[in-house]
Amino acid sequence: MSELAKVTRLALRGMITFRGDVSSARVKKAIKAATGAAVPKVRSISGNRDGGVAWMSPDELLLMVPYGDVQNIIADLSKALVNDHVLIADVSDARAVFRVEGVEAAQVLARVCPVDLHKDSFDIGEIRRTRMAQVAAAFWRDETGFEVICFRSVADYVEALLQRAAQATPVGALGGR
Amino acid sequence: MLILTCPYCGVKADETELSAGGEAHLKRFGPGSSEDEFEGYLFVRENPKGVHFERWRHSYGCGKWFHAARCTMTLEVFGTYPAQTFEPPQDIKDAISAKRPNWRWRDFS
Repeated sequence: MSELAKVTRLALRGMITFRGDVSSARVKKAIKAATGAAVPKVRSISGNRDGGVAWMSPDELLLMVPYGDVQNIIADLSKALVNDHVLIADVSDARAVFRVEGVEAAQVLARVCPVDLHKDSFDIGEIRRTRMAQVAAAFWRDETGFEVICFRSVADYVEALLQRAAQATPVGALGGR
Repeated sequence: MLILTCPYCGVKADETELSAGGEAHLKRFGPGSSEDEFEGYLFVRENPKGVHFERWRHSYGCGKWFHAARCTMTLEVFGTYPAQTFEPPQDIKDAISAKRPNWRWRDFS
């Protein structure tokens, strides 16, 4: 059976949940200093896997940093924002990361998520938190495919789900070519 | 399929991405209230054929609660708005009036 895209599970990535007033100048400065990436606009993701920031909700960001640097970055952030009402939590071990790669990668996700994945509606630089079959997940697009994150407790389910969705022939609205 | 636009993140969210939270704009009556008020708060709900106001949570997305004005008969959505309010904003009321003149829902019209 042919495959629409290649699904691989990636190594754990350093991830920090940040909650607080993300519009404050002091918070923006501290996040930029910690990750090298700017606080993104609504539904956007900035930076790269070694220093990225994803918009999760109006008061929540996900900081992505090298796994080994998490503790230092949390310490720096906590120090810089000691007078602000914020929450900074290490969630690196609570997340799993997948890569869905290939020209038909959007179709694989379209089979399991209620999201319009056409390039005009969902382009590079955007992040989407959504439902992936029975569990919560988030993903973003890059030049060659998608990166998907989910809770590690459901990682085996998501891996099997994506592997299955990656099989067989193109169908549906994105099948036209 | 019901599609509501989350007013916080702007995502056009499919019904399966949301959680329904029942009727919107309920006023809480707690200790010290009369039995009738408490009964109304706890049990008495609208069950309209037409314009209705509901609470929804974007549970698989940004996780925020919001309100939606929609028609229970046609599934037409008049609009969604943040939950930090005691009554629907004027633009939502205007949008309903444009489609359903003389609508009435509890004390709103």
